[in-house]
Amino acid sequence: METLITILIGVFVTIGTYLLLSKNVIRIIIGSSILTHAAHLLIITMPGLKTGGVPFITDGGGGEFVDPLPQALILTSIVINFAVTALILVLAFRAYKTLGTDNLAEMRGPKYD
Amino acid sequence: MGTLNVIVLIPFIAAMFVPLFYRFYRKGFKIHIGFLPLLVALSLFIYLLTYIPSIANGETFLHTVSWIPTYGIEFSAYLDGLSLIFALLITGIGTLVIFYSIYYLSDNEQLGHFYTYLMMFMGAMLGVVLSDNLIVLYVYWELTSITSFLLIAFWYQRKRSREGAQKSLLITMSGGFGMLIGFLMIFAMTGSMSVREIIQIMPDMTDHILFVPAILLILLGAFTKSAQFPFHIWLPDAMEAPTPVSAYLHSATMVKAGIYLVGRFTPVFGGEGVWFWLVTGVGIFTLFWGSFQAVKQTDLKALLAFSTVSQLGMIMSMFGMGSVALHHGYTTESVFYTQAVFAALFHLVNHSTFKGALFMAVGIVDHQVGTRDLRRLGGLATLMPITFTISLIGSFSMAGLPPFNGFLSKEMFFQAAVDITKFGLFHVDTLGNLIPIIAWLASVFTFVYSIIIVFQTFLGPYREERLETPAKESPFGMLVSPLILVTLVVAIFFFPNVLGEHILRPAMASVFPTIASEADLGVTIAHWHGLNPALWMTIGVIVFGALLYKFYKSWRWIYAITPDNWSFNALYDFTLSRGVKVSRKITNTYMTGDLRHYLLYIFVFFFLLVAGSFVMLGAYDFTISDNAAISPFEWILAMTMLIAAISVLFAKSRLTAIIINSFLGYGVAVFFVLFRAPDLALTQTIVETVTTVLFLAAYYFLPEMKPENDSRKTKITKLAISVAVGATVTSVALASQNNRLFERVSTYFENSLELAGGRNIVNTILSDFRGFDTMLEVVVLLIGGIGVYAIIKLKAGKRGEQLEDQ
Repeated sequence: METLITILIGVFVTIGTYLLLSKNVIRIIIGSSILTHAAHLLIITMPGLKTGGVPFITDGGGGEFVDPLPQALILTSIVINFAVTALILVLAFRAYKTLGTDNLAEMRGPKYD
Repeated sequence: MGTLNVIVLIPFIAAMFVPLFYRFYRKGFKIHIGFLPLLVALSLFIYLLTYIPSIANGETFLHTVSWIPTYGIEFSAYLDGLSLIFALLITGIGTLVIFYSIYYLSDNEQLGHFYTYLMMFMGAMLGVVLSDNLIVLYVYWELTSITSFLLIAFWYQRKRSREGAQKSLLITMSGGFGMLIGFLMIFAMTGSMSVREIIQIMPDMTDHILFVPAILLILLGAFTKSAQFPFHIWLPDAMEAPTPVSAYLHSATMVKAGIYLVGRFTPVFGGEGVWFWLVTGVGIFTLFWGSFQAVKQTDLKALLAFSTVSQLGMIMSMFGMGSVALHHGYTTESVFYTQAVFAALFHLVNHSTFKGALFMAVGIVDHQVGTRDLRRLGGLATLMPITFTISLIGSFSMAGLPPFNGFLSKEMFFQAAVDITKFGLFHVDTLGNLIPIIAWLASVFTFVYSIIIVFQTFLGPYREERLETPAKESPFGMLVSPLILVTLVVAIFFFPNVLGEHILRPAMASVFPTIASEADLGVTIAHWHGLNPALWMTIGVIVFGALLYKFYKSWRWIYAITPDNWSFNALYDFTLSRGVKVSRKITNTYMTGDLRHYLLYIFVFFFLLVAGSFVMLGAYDFTISDNAAISPFEWILAMTMLIAAISVLFAKSRLTAIIINSFLGYGVAVFFVLFRAPDLALTQTIVETVTTVLFLAAYYFLPEMKPENDSRKTKITKLAISVAVGATVTSVALASQNNRLFERVSTYFENSLELAGGRNIVNTILSDFRGFDTMLEVVVLLIGGIGVYAIIKLKAGKRGEQLEDQ
């Protein structure tokens, strides 16, 4: 299972990187979003998968559960990632409104032409 | 912290307060803003005067404050004879210059800036001469360059000021950087950063491979700072600064920092042939070149600048001549050669007095008649009698005439130049015979330009139509400082031994610690030595100088021999413009303004670094033996996501791309469920939903996705980079799953019921164990929210564009 997920992560990273290298703003945002998914899966895979139950202490006690720390990290990351995605989406919107383009190559301005 | 450390810090503290007081001043406060720095400088000067008796008794003072003890860097203030001379000059001349500037600069200038910089400079300069630690010395050294830069560019609206400031900064800073490397070499040799300790250790290190490079680099620092040939070119351009600055930084103090450095390092490197020939040779040639160039100048300040270059060379060369005394250690012969350094220290003080007065006098002329061009000036003697007297005394002292202090030190210089030819080593007996000849020749030119200053400015016909404003004597306030200085010029002539005994003699002990412990190195300065070679040389200077001045027109052609584009200035301009062009070219090749290129560099670097070290360390460890089992459902989910992810690349419309992206997000949420993370699954589902809504909202405003239209080559590059990055991440992740370097820390959190009173461990980590992190996370979210709001709502101003147009 871990190996399968890790390969999936590798594919996500490849695609995310490829999209980041695009000219189009939407593609870049989607690329970063896919990279985030890869990172989340990577963190949760690291301590090993399905090694126990849900990390919740019951009165009965006993029983192994999975590592809770990566989950806490990912929970933080999901929220931060949401803020970042929202910000760059709005930035893309504003850039398009001001500059009239969603193409990175055209956003460079006349200095480089 | 000792009082000496405080002395260095006080000017910096004053510099902080100047802008504050300037506000009051602007609001109509009665007392001039310049009186605050004046008070600071004067009290420091008086306080330093109280050290004279104990220093004259051979005491030294050391106060140390630890700064970076791990690296042996300590803020240690060390006061001995040599530092005291410089510290007195810095505060004393500083006081006079500030007083002068109060009347010189008009109220419309940015006086707040001016006095802040001046105070910073004073602190930095005191730091240079009072630091015992090399690194601290270097920091202050560069700080003097920076403040000098700011002061030269004080009238930054003028192009020439900016260029002069840039030139001085580039030259002195590159020399300073060389000096830093020299210091590090010394550290490598001796293991110490303290000058006092280095003086003890260094004499055993003369065979070390870094010994000569260290000499070269440290002298590079000293020569650039003290405007020695061929680095002197920055000093004339630095004359764009206001005259008080020229008088203070570029004549009396900062340019003497190089001489201080040479004096400080004489006990370390002195007695070596390389040191002797470099210091004396460069010094004596600078003396000649500066005086030779000064004669042809038509701008009074430029003339004084070249004259300063020349005089600095003279002091430098005397330090070189004196350094041979250290070759044999203590002998009576050695004591004989140390007299050159005594003369150097004497002339150092004398130069500060007469050159300071001259600069101020020239400033007064400039201030009163609006020009300092010699071709326009003339006949001011009767109209500005006091300024005339000041200039006369200053110039004649510089020319080496009695009854002024310059005569005494000039005689001693000639004597030293003649004496050095008797030294038997370092080929002095052959090549060294040139030294007195060049010295004499240079002094003839010195005489000529000193005469030019007085005669062409103050005598001859007065032509009012050529002046900006008719000449009249300046207000008394501006005359006070130069009058004090010329009084000193005369007083030192009549009572030279007061100075020699109390201030110069202790400094000799700093330069020659080994010899001073055996013999008294004080020299009794006599007005009359009998008809010795030095006196004959002086008489020759006067006769030939007068002849050369008289027949200047008939030998002026000599300056036209070398074409202008062969000068060091032309070389500097060429290097600068080429440097800018070439570096712009190189930068433009990779700074394309295209975000994709920058990302490319990051990814390639990441790949090389991580994959490279991965391969080099042989960190492969792939096993699948302890993997969890995969149910058929999980297979299907994983494969579907794989296909979905790949299909994003081929999505033609942005709607497809957005929906596939959401699909991936929900898929991850399902995985979270499978991996026993219900909280994550819930959060992921909610956030993914909101994100999708956001995307769709943006969809409404953004245009349809255009095809990338990449060339085949670009596509392959992108693909190669992406696959490389993906493969690196996969292999590193796989390998790290099988390498546990330390115990897992999560067991601590698993006691959440006892520690935090919560059953949901993930929740207690977020809200309890790492509660502050979560709080800050909320802050980040808030900032993100404000950012979103601001970007949508606010309108961009036009300010940026306007600035670029200027």
